[in-house]
Amino acid sequence: MTFVLRRLLGFAATLFVAAAVIFFLLDLLPGDPARFILGINASAEAVANLRIQLGLEAPAWQRFFAWIGSMLIGDFGVSYTQGAPVAALIGERLWVSLPLALFAMVLSAAVGLPIGIAAARRRGSPIDTGLMVLAQLGVAIPNFWFGMLLTLVFAVGLRWLPTGGFTPWHEDPAAALRALMLPGIALALPQAAILARVMRTALVEVTGQDFIRTARAKGMTMSEAVWRHGVRNAFLPVLTILGLQFAYLVAGVIIVENVFYLPGLGRLIFTAISERDLILVRGITIVLVIGVTLTMLLTDLCYALVDPRLREGGS
Amino acid sequence: MPGEIGTVGELFMLKVLTVLSLALVMNAALAGAALAQQTQVRIAVALEPPTLDPTANAAEAVDIVVYQNVFEGLTRIDENGTVQPGLATEWTISEDGLTYTFTLAEGVTFHDGSAFDAEDVTFAFERIVAEDSLNAQKALYEPIESVTAVDPHTVEITLKRPTGTFLFDIGRPDAVIVAPESAENNARVPIGTGPFAFVQWDRGSRVILERNDVYWGERPALTRATYLFIGDTATLTNALLAGDVDGTNNMAAEVLDVFAADPRFKVLVGTTEGEVILATNNAREPFDNPKVRQAMAHAIDRHALIEGVTYGYSQPIGSHFAPHNPYYVDLTGTYPHDLDAAKALLAEAGLPDGFSATLKLPPVAYARMSGQILASQFAEVGIELELINVEWAQWLEDVFTNHDYDLSIVAHVEPFDIGIYADPDYYFGYDNPEFAALIETLNATTDDAERKDLAIEAQRILAEDAVNGYLFELAQTGVWDARLEGMWQNSPIEGVVLRDIRWVE
Repeated sequence: MTFVLRRLLGFAATLFVAAAVIFFLLDLLPGDPARFILGINASAEAVANLRIQLGLEAPAWQRFFAWIGSMLIGDFGVSYTQGAPVAALIGERLWVSLPLALFAMVLSAAVGLPIGIAAARRRGSPIDTGLMVLAQLGVAIPNFWFGMLLTLVFAVGLRWLPTGGFTPWHEDPAAALRALMLPGIALALPQAAILARVMRTALVEVTGQDFIRTARAKGMTMSEAVWRHGVRNAFLPVLTILGLQFAYLVAGVIIVENVFYLPGLGRLIFTAISERDLILVRGITIVLVIGVTLTMLLTDLCYALVDPRLREGGS
Repeated sequence: MPGEIGTVGELFMLKVLTVLSLALVMNAALAGAALAQQTQVRIAVALEPPTLDPTANAAEAVDIVVYQNVFEGLTRIDENGTVQPGLATEWTISEDGLTYTFTLAEGVTFHDGSAFDAEDVTFAFERIVAEDSLNAQKALYEPIESVTAVDPHTVEITLKRPTGTFLFDIGRPDAVIVAPESAENNARVPIGTGPFAFVQWDRGSRVILERNDVYWGERPALTRATYLFIGDTATLTNALLAGDVDGTNNMAAEVLDVFAADPRFKVLVGTTEGEVILATNNAREPFDNPKVRQAMAHAIDRHALIEGVTYGYSQPIGSHFAPHNPYYVDLTGTYPHDLDAAKALLAEAGLPDGFSATLKLPPVAYARMSGQILASQFAEVGIELELINVEWAQWLEDVFTNHDYDLSIVAHVEPFDIGIYADPDYYFGYDNPEFAALIETLNATTDDAERKDLAIEAQRILAEDAVNGYLFELAQTGVWDARLEGMWQNSPIEGVVLRDIRWVE
């Protein structure tokens, strides 16, 4: 199990380094949170009061270790501007962003992989060319623009779905789901396009390999050979991309949530940065870093599942 | 304060999108709009409030949701900027202008059921002036000497010196009355005495208010109001067109034509308290020379600015004063747009070839766009501007706190804030003892006619000294469902006041 252990250690080290970078970089950012909260008519005295209250007066290294220490016991601090616990603020936003990202990921896989397989099976045919042109287009379209287009057609024009906003799950799950439809599709499109292209390339490469020929020689049809041996082998590069996609999704979520005024993590970090709510920015960023590195870790572990050669340090 | 950033590309796309959306709307027919709610309203506002306590945060977004809806003060400011009775139904002022005796409304309760009386008033004011107060406008209430509860329905406030704006100041969002039982939690669960009670806040999304059925005053027509936070102009346009929101208090000028041409909507164009100025560091060379500042004033073409930045929806200003104010005097002709005069003044100041300077621009569309237009206007007289985009927090630190700037563009949105020029340590670096003395007299004067004369004199000094470049007054451009009535057209104080809003068929 050295493979797993090595990965876990790497995971912890990445988190620590990321935390340090996040903390000290943000500390250099110009702008005083206390002044931002109280505005331009507040006296220097009121601002000083607030700085003490927010705990901004201690030296940076002290605040850093205090921050790390309290995070280890699950305390992310209290937001400067909103006065609410950071963990709670992030927690309630995850109910929007996580389903959104998951939905987008499932949708992109459900659309992208079959397209990639279909194109590879008919390599060189007009269908292949057509699908790959579409995929190229999908990669090129920015998701905020696609989101606006979807809004115009399905919300403003047809009025099937809302233009944005979010009804909490506990109030009306159906409405919550409807609210995630358009943003989910907007997020999924570019990812689906990338997946389709990777899947196609990987499959095309695999079908030229010896083991497919052997399988054919054993009497399998081409379809059987591709399904039983090809897809599984082609899945390694696809897995890599799926893992990487999580990071892209996080970036996409920030933009798409603003287009659809969804109360998710992306919008939260957007406002937190402009309001210099540093403790909140740090909290969100570290949660995102954990999310991304965790997906990487899971992808690595999935490799081991898919490819037995990786399990024992390459032996 | 902050709004949306609009680049040329975005604007172009916005136009394409709005044309497209109009075409789609025609097809979709007006069928969907027929489902009108009779007593509920959904209002979109650009920024989400960070908290809901107007007494401990400067953000305008807080006032927009709670001022006069959830919270009330002793007085309240109406749509025209005049003082009306609030929780104090009447008052008397002593001869020397130092003692105000307020009679409080009876039968008033806070939304949590606790009774309102004079003790709440003393608590609220003591909280504002306390040593560890976090009130953003604490300085305004500094003249208060003492607040005494005479009986449960009478409060006496004694001042250290006569203060002309006192009745206005206690009507501001910063001085609303809060209860000792609930003040601590107002940031998250605001408890006031107003016609609407707080129901829930889905952070990042909306705040819901419901009518307070035991309100002591006149009952409003609306039963429920939802404030939705939508910062993106294109998104907001779509939400209005799709009928997902019923109106917004302030829409970006570039899309107003879409709504003005659509009978389902009405556009309300009014004034605000936001003077957009070219803030000038008077303590720095060459701006310490009045001739240079006057030359700059001559080089500004206000009408081109207003057309370019606000699509003509704003009024020019010639001094630091809102045009809708009864004390306003039009001084836009003090230094008319005249390039030769500007060049001559620069030559007199020893800078015949002009000079170069930096212009720091906060992240609001009016500032960024004005900056680009001003740079081209100034280039005509040889003044080279280097545009530097900054965020609000950075602006507050660099420009406002550290005075590390040459020029900046910003809107000053506080009502009646000409007094900021009396402080030589303010970020303008303007040090004029004569002006400071004038403001001191103005503050201590309570007679309206005298106050007007003094205010006009103050405006004139600033205009003639060309302390800052005075550009235009920000307009309030609301877009509302055509069947809604009772919205404020002007915005003499920050707030979206619900009390008179109702649906008419």
